[in-house]
Amino acid sequence: MSSPSISAEPPYAGAPPDGGEPGRGRAYLVTAMFLAPAVILLAVWILYPLVYTIWRSFYDRSGNNFIWLDNYRTLFSTDTTRTAIKNNAIWVAVVPALVTAIGLVFAVLTERIRWSVAFKIAVFMPMAISLFAAGVIWRIMYQQEPSRGALNAVVGALHDDISPPGPLSDAFPSGTKVTGTPSTGIVLKTPVRPGSVALLPLTGIPPDQVPSGSVQAKQPAPKAGAIAGAVWRDFKPGGGTPGKLEKGEGGLPNVTVVLKDASGKTIGSTKTSADGDFVFDNVKAGEYKTSIGSATFRKPYGGVSWLGSKLINPAIMIAYIWVWAGFAMVVIGAGLAAIPRDVLEAARTDGSTEWQVFRRVTVPLLAPVLSVVFITMLINVLKVFDIVLSVAPSSVQANANVIALAMWRTSFGGVNDFGLGSAIAVFLFLLVIPVLALNIRRFRREV
Amino acid sequence: MATVASDDAIVVPDPRETVAARILRILAKAPLNLLLIVIAVFWLVPTLGLFFTSLMSANDFANFGWWKVISHPHLSTWNNYSNLIHHTSIPQSLWVTVQIAIGGTILPIIIASLAGYAFAWLDFPGRDWAFIVVIGMLVVPLQMALIPIFSLYNHLHLFDTVFGLILFHTAFGLPFAIFLLRNFFIGIPKDILESARIDGASEIRIFLRLILPLGLPAIASLAIFQFLWTWNDLLVALTMARNTQPLTVAIFSNLRQFGSNIDLIAPAAFFSLAIPLAVFLAFQRYFAEGLLAGSVK
Repeated sequence: MSSPSISAEPPYAGAPPDGGEPGRGRAYLVTAMFLAPAVILLAVWILYPLVYTIWRSFYDRSGNNFIWLDNYRTLFSTDTTRTAIKNNAIWVAVVPALVTAIGLVFAVLTERIRWSVAFKIAVFMPMAISLFAAGVIWRIMYQQEPSRGALNAVVGALHDDISPPGPLSDAFPSGTKVTGTPSTGIVLKTPVRPGSVALLPLTGIPPDQVPSGSVQAKQPAPKAGAIAGAVWRDFKPGGGTPGKLEKGEGGLPNVTVVLKDASGKTIGSTKTSADGDFVFDNVKAGEYKTSIGSATFRKPYGGVSWLGSKLINPAIMIAYIWVWAGFAMVVIGAGLAAIPRDVLEAARTDGSTEWQVFRRVTVPLLAPVLSVVFITMLINVLKVFDIVLSVAPSSVQANANVIALAMWRTSFGGVNDFGLGSAIAVFLFLLVIPVLALNIRRFRREV
Repeated sequence: MATVASDDAIVVPDPRETVAARILRILAKAPLNLLLIVIAVFWLVPTLGLFFTSLMSANDFANFGWWKVISHPHLSTWNNYSNLIHHTSIPQSLWVTVQIAIGGTILPIIIASLAGYAFAWLDFPGRDWAFIVVIGMLVVPLQMALIPIFSLYNHLHLFDTVFGLILFHTAFGLPFAIFLLRNFFIGIPKDILESARIDGASEIRIFLRLILPLGLPAIASLAIFQFLWTWNDLLVALTMARNTQPLTVAIFSNLRQFGSNIDLIAPAAFFSLAIPLAVFLAFQRYFAEGLLAGSVK
């Protein structure tokens, strides 16, 4: 900077050079010129509306009748606005704390890696995106079918690892001799004895779901001391007779068949061969039940209903946290960088573990920064609006309602009740007043 | 104690660290690096998802996820974008957004730097009180102004005009802008200003020749903020305009049929975020600085 270093000149203080009353008047005129545009805009667009909205909130929809606090009574007794207040309370309870915590963790962790700048840009990037567009982004992520929604594709992959879908997820029993449903398993009605044959016909299997390797099913031969049987696709072009094994009907290989005794105890299980045949050898005399377990019919993973009425609020919050975590990380990271290194080093050499250093030194020293982040998020969360509109499909928007959205809907979204709308706005304003007071107190302490 | 500790600290990094120890040290960091990579991916993937979705037909979107476009590039098409440019009102909306963002950035900067200078360096009665009022306005919810300004705009014929939207954004950007600039200006060394005053420079001259150039870093931060804020606005434009639709409102009006309009929603949304993203990546240093200076908002 090229600061003309005339600071050796005699100290100079006070009013403009010419001094005296006329000069002072002119100085005020100059000041007024500097301030006038800001004063006009703030007065017309913020101060006047503030007063008007408070005044308007005491009048009814038409604006002609003074109804004192009735709008506020409506605000707390109508379902729509009550849901909005309740949801916003959850937002306030969950999101600022979570954003601050995530920001803190990210800020601390990035100090230990070499590519911290790249990481910070990645996490910070959503800050540049509008909350509205961020909502569109997440609505795409949240599509329910695992084949379309990325989030459910990941969840689905994990899910299918733990409980894979069955080979015959669409099948159901055919004919009159088998009973049960795909969710409970399918069982032969009449018990079988060793030496007899158990036929388990299934139908409803689309051609593309017939397991590969299937060949013409064949009638199993009865075998002494054993229970033989077949599982097959009881359908051929033209239909065929239900329950009867006919030419043109394929066996269903790799189906797990379970044999239980009269008391319901599992004796054994086996898999069918390419023609659908199975055999339980060396079965003692008695009556047995043959069945196909429900695992065979397990449906492929259907996906979490993120955009349904139950999960819509957490879903929007995740998207919102995705946007704001970078803000918390950067502000807290700057606070972290300002902590003198030797304080931390001293604690470490005194034998504290990393966790103790974090808990006892880092966090207390960061407390002012953490509170700034928390309070900033508190205000943001109270005003949350755009992202709710873009993530929540219109069918569940009532479940995802928040105060700012209720205010807009009431005033401009068809109801057009400026009285109630004003009351909601004033309510929102009252909620931020503590923060307003806090800001002012902090400023006055600085001066 | 401090000296002992620092002596220890100097000895600890061992120059004779063996290769094995070094490998161990890197391995010990592997879980952390892995975790942070997963997190970074989680933060990047959704935006990429929007981009790939914007290359899909609405029909394809109904059947499979955007990641299939990566493995099957023949499924991607620029048709959505060319359609967007030639057959929809999105280019008009883009123009509206550009006007709002530019006007809504320049105007508050001019007005706030004038006021910020007055609050920082001009003496007038009630200055601190006036500034406290400005600080109070920092957190006043926009919702408090929607109804009265809506009515006012209808009277003044500012409803549904770009100028009306710019004025609204300017007014609500002012408290933060004045706060930020005043705090920055007050840090300019007093000597510089006073020597200029002794030399007989007028306040306007001081403002133009000294304050503005010296305040450039703060003004740059502010400009980025204001730009992003006005570019990304939905609420104000949704309320104060009907046919003057910026990008966000245009997308919003297509949102009801999300699936069937996705070939318009996705490219338009990507359009709307590509520019602020570019601004952010180009000037992210100023962005972070402004954030730190003004995170009281």
